[in-house]
Amino acid sequence: MTFSRLIVAAFALSASAAAAQQTDLTIALQLEPPHLDPTSAAAGAIDSVLYANVFEGLTRFDQTGAVQPALAQSWEISDDGLTYTFTLAEATFHDGTSFDAEDVKFSLDRARADDSVNAQKPLFEAIETVEVVDARTVRLTLSKPEGNLLFNLAWGDAVIVAPESIETIKSAPVGTGPFRFADWRQGDSITLTAFDDYWGKAPALTEATFKFISDPTAAFAAVMAQDVDAFAGFPAPENLPIFEADPRFQVLVGSTEGETILAMNNGEAPFDNPKVRAAVAHAIDRQAVIDGAMYGYGTPIGTHFAPHNPDYLDLTNLSAFDPEQAKALLAEAGYPDGFETTLKLPPPSYARRGGEIIASQLRAVGIETQITNLEWAQWLEEVFRGKDFGLTIVSHTEPMDISIYARPDYYFQYGAPELVAVFDALGATSDPAERTTLLQDAQRMIAEDHVNAYLFQLAFPTVADARLEGLWQNQPTQATDLTAVRWTQ
Amino acid sequence: MWFYLARRLLSLGVSLIAASAVIFLVVEIAPGDPAAYMLGINAQPETLAALRTELSLDLPAPARYWHWITGMLGGDFGTSYTYRTPVADMVADRLTVSLPLAVMALVLAVAVALPAGLFAASRRGKPGDVAVMGAAQLGVAVPNFWFAMLLVLGFAITWRIFPSGGFPGWDQPLQALRALTLPTIALALPQAAILARVLRSSLIDALHEDYIRTARAKGLTPGQALRRHGLRNALIPVLTLMGLQFSFLLAGAIIIEQVFYLPGLGRLIFQSISQRDLITVESVTMLLVFAVIVVNFLTDVAYAVADPRLRRQGRRA
Repeated sequence: MTFSRLIVAAFALSASAAAAQQTDLTIALQLEPPHLDPTSAAAGAIDSVLYANVFEGLTRFDQTGAVQPALAQSWEISDDGLTYTFTLAEATFHDGTSFDAEDVKFSLDRARADDSVNAQKPLFEAIETVEVVDARTVRLTLSKPEGNLLFNLAWGDAVIVAPESIETIKSAPVGTGPFRFADWRQGDSITLTAFDDYWGKAPALTEATFKFISDPTAAFAAVMAQDVDAFAGFPAPENLPIFEADPRFQVLVGSTEGETILAMNNGEAPFDNPKVRAAVAHAIDRQAVIDGAMYGYGTPIGTHFAPHNPDYLDLTNLSAFDPEQAKALLAEAGYPDGFETTLKLPPPSYARRGGEIIASQLRAVGIETQITNLEWAQWLEEVFRGKDFGLTIVSHTEPMDISIYARPDYYFQYGAPELVAVFDALGATSDPAERTTLLQDAQRMIAEDHVNAYLFQLAFPTVADARLEGLWQNQPTQATDLTAVRWTQ
Repeated sequence: MWFYLARRLLSLGVSLIAASAVIFLVVEIAPGDPAAYMLGINAQPETLAALRTELSLDLPAPARYWHWITGMLGGDFGTSYTYRTPVADMVADRLTVSLPLAVMALVLAVAVALPAGLFAASRRGKPGDVAVMGAAQLGVAVPNFWFAMLLVLGFAITWRIFPSGGFPGWDQPLQALRALTLPTIALALPQAAILARVLRSSLIDALHEDYIRTARAKGLTPGQALRRHGLRNALIPVLTLMGLQFSFLLAGAIIIEQVFYLPGLGRLIFQSISQRDLITVESVTMLLVFAVIVVNFLTDVAYAVADPRLRRQGRRA
């Protein structure tokens, strides 16, 4: 009796607290950043906390993945495509120092330097010099035309950092964004507070706490108990229907840049034979993998390109599920009785759960796989660097990363000369129509040649309090942009 | 007594040196390059080389072992590859969660086990004994993470009395205690069950000894004889067990820390292993080995205090 009264009291308390306009937010993510310098690690978790919140680049991605002006408010491109002149915003760093062209030069030169540890150094490859014209103007000169430059500068790895605080950036990052770094309780949470002198539109939130909950069961409990207001990248898709049915919550299922593929070792027999690759592609029932491994969340893809991109071509029919055709192709390729190969799986559930399903689908056409589960560090060493694998499942989460197919030394070892030519042409043009044609050519080439088996685009589920709005539904880059997030009641 | 302690101290030192060599070797043998893990799949070879130099990973293994060992002797446990903060600071930070959690869990375990064990032993074979030992059997059998999930379901989701997890820090002491309540219970009860069972059988053994009969003969009630003479003699196996349990609770709470997303020592090790943060794995493991050995040493000392016969044995040898 007293117990139930206590519960009622607890509910009443939380209800009255909600009546006042709330301006703080507790949002959970699965992975904690190792440190807080987005320009010296590949960990997407760093961008998930800091991108667009604490750090800004010259350009930025919006929620649809389109490139928008950020610290560079406008720019001019010379006719030969080799000179970019940026006009900069009047911004201030969180430590009070002013932002100017010198900071841009410092940041870009640091990323390009010989001893740079920038995980995405190739983004800056085309840049020849960075010149300070005056405090508000900076000029980039390229060694070759780079149609992707504005896109490249929008990455989290290309954000502008403050030279004055570079020594402590890993533990106390200083940027120009709408939120400043306040506190990091390692292993638990990172707190950001609104930056009063932000140059752009002030955010609605005054404080945001990122909590890190890696265990799917704990994630479910934290959201259900309303200990967190939102969970971006909710790790237990099997529980989403429960939240969908509960009026306290909203569920957003967005798309990501994560093309999930069954990669084949094109450099080794039997996968150097296009017929074998085609057989593998036709042996796979994508929908069964999506339903079985991802509880139905995920969009089937037929090439290495994000379906939400306007240049996407639906090529799934080039590798439709057809076990009979797969068997015929295997026989044609000289493997009437199939063959045996390895299937190496990194830790994420798309790979571990998807791997079991794919193994049984391949077995049905005569391909026996030996499954090995690997930790990420092992996967990088054995599969990615050592190229010691037959098949592997991995999600490529970098935006617009189809160009990896032009690199013959990349782990699946494709790099056909015709495709390389397409990418050379792509780099040399910034004409949108021409770029679309070339990107679609590339998509078709790798799909027709069945370089890898393309499975699905990784979905990005967010569970949030029903009264929240402005959260990113999609993940065009790894980010949790809080600038537009607010409570509606 | 002093000879006994000196012998224990010597074996403590030898164990530490052996442990450091084993830890270093095992971690070195494990495949996976820390730099490659940190820079991901688009990293270029020269970027990897630059990072390896920055982390001193380009030095040969014996040089790194020497550097590590001599650093630790001077109190420097190295700098984490991934977090880029001194390992000692991280451990100190994590201990503010793990140490109170382990102590609270052990205290709760003893507080439950002591009366339960005494009660069961004094009513041996009667319904009370059967009931308590049945409950203990259940406590031993139930996996603690499952029990933890039940606690969360009841107290965090349904009744919302305690948070489902996380740790707000000791600057909010009440909230911190609230956050550690469910994990403490989840950790303590299975340990209490084990302790109670051991205490009961140890007490029952003691009850058959001559001194109990003597105590009864001089007029003590069965309960008085049990508490004054039986308990003290039955404590040795219980102390051994508690020493082992404390080490387990300090480092082995990984699963409970995972269920309650607590920033404890167990999760630090777990993360470091998967991120190939070798120096952190090595140093934290070394510290834990040190803690276990010290706890064992203290347990040995506690024996000597609890049982004067052990002290005399030492002198004779």
